[in-house]
Amino acid sequence: MGRTLAEKVWDDHVVRRAEGEPDLLFIDLHLLHEVTSPQAFDGLRKAGRQVRRTDLTIATEDHNTPTLDIDKPIADPVSRTQLETLRKNCAEFGVRLHPLGDVEQGVVHVVGPQLGLTQPGTTVVCGDSHTSTHGAFGALAFGIGTSQVEHVLATQTLPLAPFKTMAITVEGELPDGVTAKDLILAIIARIGTGGGQGYVLEYRGSAIEKLSMEARMTICNMSIEAGARAGMIAPDATTFDYLRGRDHAPADGADWDAAVAYWKTLRTDDDAVFDAEVVIDASELAPFVTWGTNPGQGAPLSSSVPDPASYEDVSERFAAEKALEYMGLTAGQPLREIAVDTVFVGSCTNGRIEDLRSAAATLEGRKVADGVRMLVVPGSVRVSLEAVAEGLDKVFTAAGAEWRHAGCSMCLGMNPDQLAPGERSASTSNRNFEGRQGKGGRTHLVSPQVAAATAVLGHLASPADLSDADVRTPAGAR
Amino acid sequence: MEAFTTHTGRAVPLRRSNVDTDQIIPAHWLKKVTRDGFEDGLFEAWRKDPAFVLNQEVYKGATVLVAGPDFGTGSSREHAVWALQNYGFKAVISSRFADIFRGNSLKNGLLTVVLPQETVDRLQKLAETDPTAEVTVDLVGRQVRAEGITADFELDENARWRLLEGLDDISLTLREESSIVGYEANRPSFKPRTVEV
Ligand code: SF4
Repeated sequence: MGRTLAEKVWDDHVVRRAEGEPDLLFIDLHLLHEVTSPQAFDGLRKAGRQVRRTDLTIATEDHNTPTLDIDKPIADPVSRTQLETLRKNCAEFGVRLHPLGDVEQGVVHVVGPQLGLTQPGTTVVCGDSHTSTHGAFGALAFGIGTSQVEHVLATQTLPLAPFKTMAITVEGELPDGVTAKDLILAIIARIGTGGGQGYVLEYRGSAIEKLSMEARMTICNMSIEAGARAGMIAPDATTFDYLRGRDHAPADGADWDAAVAYWKTLRTDDDAVFDAEVVIDASELAPFVTWGTNPGQGAPLSSSVPDPASYEDVSERFAAEKALEYMGLTAGQPLREIAVDTVFVGSCTNGRIEDLRSAAATLEGRKVADGVRMLVVPGSVRVSLEAVAEGLDKVFTAAGAEWRHAGCSMCLGMNPDQLAPGERSASTSNRNFEGRQGKGGRTHLVSPQVAAATAVLGHLASPADLSDADVRTPAGAR
Repeated sequence: MEAFTTHTGRAVPLRRSNVDTDQIIPAHWLKKVTRDGFEDGLFEAWRKDPAFVLNQEVYKGATVLVAGPDFGTGSSREHAVWALQNYGFKAVISSRFADIFRGNSLKNGLLTVVLPQETVDRLQKLAETDPTAEVTVDLVGRQVRAEGITADFELDENARWRLLEGLDDISLTLREESSIVGYEANRPSFKPRTVEV
């Protein structure tokens, strides 16, 4: 019987297999950041162990880093300690680190791919649930806990229980103005936040094949929000083109040819059987936003806040009631009428160059509405430099948005970028959990285009809602 | 890791579904660089509400958390497990756990038990009607017992053995050194490296 993409990558990494035991898998790439690594390094130190493969390990600072005044000492002493701990640990154990101020610094899931380290058919782990992002390259990539971080540091392997496979096939054309973010939000609303539990999802079909690498990363990134172990997309010419010439991509010549020959085998066989299948018609999709406090509580922008009473499942009904109470919304309220105070464009979901381009295109020549604060935070320093070279920063600042330094920022508000209690945001990040962006903050997950249109109108909106009258300065006058 | 064989204690009913790890321990607590001292951060936002179940005197000192479905979703933070343990919980019962949270819990000796929702409901009801009722979580016999309730649960044999013995995963894996070296010797040269060695 044929094998799925995920099974092929898994099989190629089995170090040891024994009856009744989890497989021991080799890990090709281990990404580290400051939040989930200190206790792991501590464990190594206590046991007198080394990092087994420093050449397969890389660290960056992202969660705690400020996005303003990055040349000044970090004000919060606890954040500062955590960053200093990472620096000390990397120096002591010989791990390559890109600290704040370095040109390769940025959100860990933006940095790995842009360096060319994330490659098809590799196993990638990080003490961070959004490691699923890297699956966009046909890598088997998943988040791990701190005990597992220590395990990988010490052994470069992980004992892992087998997974099930789910095909998510998206056929047809995405309508104009519908992005990868809308697609993944719609998928999560359909299968639920626990729907992917125990599965590796493989996104496939004509609509997926047409997507850029950035868009594929947006989709795989949020696989974890459906509870999945990982998300994957088979590598193809788009993947190879993205990788070619990057710092750590195989060198042109024999290595590149051997790599591509291998990568081309990484497709689900025609006779492979998935444990579950979901089919989605891309042409039926529309801009999608969340109204609740988990990423599965979303609906088309053109619809209304649902009535909790309409849920048959008791715990879903209860969850919806709680969510509306927390979000300060009432059933039946049109989503387009929800006014926001803050717009955040950034994160490992939507902080890549393409995301900034699409937000800027919507914003160009327009102004952020009075009373709305808009933060644009590039996913990495490289993305930031690219955006500046294209003049995107000018588009944002001319519109009245704040152009910030790279990092996780308001995605989780560990640095000073937070919502105040009761404040409401339209955010291109991935989690709308209670308090995620700041205590008492209310989050609506949206695409970069919807974020930009929302900033202009002051309420949830898509670019189609904008009229030429919103353009106050002629396009191109930047 | 501390071994887990069997535990008997009082239970707290947490009637919420989809409790994500941001709720279990909010992000600002993640700046700590130790594995302890997280008890005050556990369910921090909800504990501001005097009516929240953990704030009720009758549940003080309870050690078994009986939670709604999809417990531990979201972030991979192991701090969520440490916070539950630091607070005093020895076991969590739910009809469904998020994968990463479950893995983290078993690595730290916090037993996560999956029972059918109907059994979870009965345990919650019991803890609500009689907060002094004791619940036994028996890993040796793979059974949860309380007054009027006996429920078998499953846990794969390997994970169970590691818990019962309190084994250190890393030491176990290091016994496979020769397999790891053998695998490394055959890795293709085009695989990425972060630094030249
Ligand atoms: S951007 Fe957000 S989701 Fe991504 S790694 Fe940072 S905190 Fe996590």
